[in-house]
Amino acid sequence: MERFEITLDARPAGAARRSALCGVVASGNLEVLVELGQDPAACTVEVSTSADGFRDIWEAVLADFVERHPAGGLRISINDAGATPAVVSLRLAQAFEDSTGGAA
Amino acid sequence: MSASQQWNTLQQSRSRRLGRAAALAQGKRVEADQVVALLEAVIEPGDRICIEGNNQKQADFLARAMVQTDPARVRELHLVQSVLSLPEHVDIIERGQVSRIDFSFSGPQSGRLARLVESGRITIGAIHTYLELFARYFVDLTPNVALVAAQMADRQGNLYTGPNTEDTPAIVEATAFKSGIVIAQVNEIVDTLPRVDIPADWVDFTVPAPTPHYVEPLFTRDPALITETQVLTAMIAIKGLYAEYGVTRLNHGIGFDTAAIELLLPTYAAELGLKGKICTHWALNPHPTLIPAIEAGFVQSVHSFGSEVGMENYVAARPDIFFIGADGSMRSNRAFSQAAGHYACDLFIGSTLQIDLHGNSSTATRGRIAGFGGAPNMGADARGRRHASPAWLKAGREGRGDIAMPRGQKLVAQVVETFREHMAPAFVERLDAWDLAEAAGMDLPPVMIYSEDLTHIITEEGIAHLVRCRSPEEREQAIRGVAGYTPVGMGRDKRAVENLRDRGIIQRPEDLGIDPRLATRDLLAARNVKDLVHASGGLYDPPKKFRNW
Repeated sequence: MERFEITLDARPAGAARRSALCGVVASGNLEVLVELGQDPAACTVEVSTSADGFRDIWEAVLADFVERHPAGGLRISINDAGATPAVVSLRLAQAFEDSTGGAA
Repeated sequence: MSASQQWNTLQQSRSRRLGRAAALAQGKRVEADQVVALLEAVIEPGDRICIEGNNQKQADFLARAMVQTDPARVRELHLVQSVLSLPEHVDIIERGQVSRIDFSFSGPQSGRLARLVESGRITIGAIHTYLELFARYFVDLTPNVALVAAQMADRQGNLYTGPNTEDTPAIVEATAFKSGIVIAQVNEIVDTLPRVDIPADWVDFTVPAPTPHYVEPLFTRDPALITETQVLTAMIAIKGLYAEYGVTRLNHGIGFDTAAIELLLPTYAAELGLKGKICTHWALNPHPTLIPAIEAGFVQSVHSFGSEVGMENYVAARPDIFFIGADGSMRSNRAFSQAAGHYACDLFIGSTLQIDLHGNSSTATRGRIAGFGGAPNMGADARGRRHASPAWLKAGREGRGDIAMPRGQKLVAQVVETFREHMAPAFVERLDAWDLAEAAGMDLPPVMIYSEDLTHIITEEGIAHLVRCRSPEEREQAIRGVAGYTPVGMGRDKRAVENLRDRGIIQRPEDLGIDPRLATRDLLAARNVKDLVHASGGLYDPPKKFRNW
């Protein structure tokens, strides 16, 4: 079990946002919660993961996420039950879409 | 020529063996409680022995009998058989009765086998592909005694092997015509067989086994376990590979990745207008996950290596699609289907455990000698091929460039998620196969698909058209470019990868017009085994372990 928080510079999310819960915890799956954060130019991600020692991979996955999506001003909580990076990226994209009503 | 030269020593040996066994048989029939004595009578030290078995049916009763033989009499054996997958196959080695093995696949026994090899208690000749081992039966590894499995025998000794004919014809033909001894365990002895698969004069003894021979339902994949990532890679395969090359003749591996492709044919591929344009002719076992595509009219022909437990009635009811005897049941043949997969298919696609920077792939991992089965036969360019098809010619133009002599190439694709379970990366700098080869003193690392044969890699990150690369450096970057967040993927040269993407050598899902967020299980034509039963009109009868209703 490992828990850490990563804050990344991010383009501000422009569209109206609502909180969304996307994904369910199951084997090889994870929970993503998107909420409004404080700083419109930053995306804060709190990761709670069952697999220790993969922080560098999380950082790379999240860096690509904020590069692809204007996630500034969002606070994201991830509860990971051993998901692969493919699943993390997919769930993040889905959660972002839900929270912004589809605005990329 | 010497007048004293003996030209029939094999026949004389056979006569001696049959003479020793004569008292144990009534005609060709030997009772189950006499089978250990029969084996001791016909086997001589140093014999090459084939205990039939593969990833499907097993001569399991005869294998159990082998480990009850007297090690002082039945010894120094050379096992020449497709698999070492039953505990008894390895027990007989541990009992000191075997000095050498040549095989193809060891699946569940791979750990035990690796320990025996590393401790020097057994020598491996080679790990073959199925077709390669069958070929050697007819050259330098002909069995002296073959122990095979059939569904039924008649009183003359004719055999009915039915849907699971599999390896039997290849083994029996080699053995019987080189003065060997053929012993068949059968589930029952009847007056009249549905049809004759093996003629009686190739068979020396039939033994009614106390229990039917085991058949592993290896090719049954429960759609309920297919992940969204596998749906995504299936979409990429259909659009980026099958549609791109117009692949009509193909073979699929046995994994969930390819099961997902089968289940997307009647949905995603049909929406793309690909019915009749892709996936019409197959060398494939009767995969239950192919049922929806067959019912949707996608599939015109399927030839099978073996059958699949529970698919017998469905297959028998679709004689336009499958190869069916006059008796109404399927006939499979592993050797012919392997040849079909090698020479008559334009595409092989399967999964693997490790891919290196050159594109060599292997399912070998430390401490396990698993072998290959048939994948390398299908997953290799058939350099002897002399007939053209649009898919083969297109791959050849891309792979061979502007050479004066027109020539095609087999499409060979590996589909993997960049990380396997427990975050084990599918992409590695060095295959575990090297360590295994060193530890076991093997001549060759057990590589399943060689770099030179691999034309495509598909991951959740997209498709790498390795066949379009012009240099080893490009190829390495194309592999790194779809390797995601693995160390190999993180080590990519970003500019080089973007350049490959501009040239269509790497295609991301968005480059193919695929939105990964739409890759959901809703696209699967069947979402569980019960859906497959419905799709078959109730003809598919899944094994108990796949029933949860």
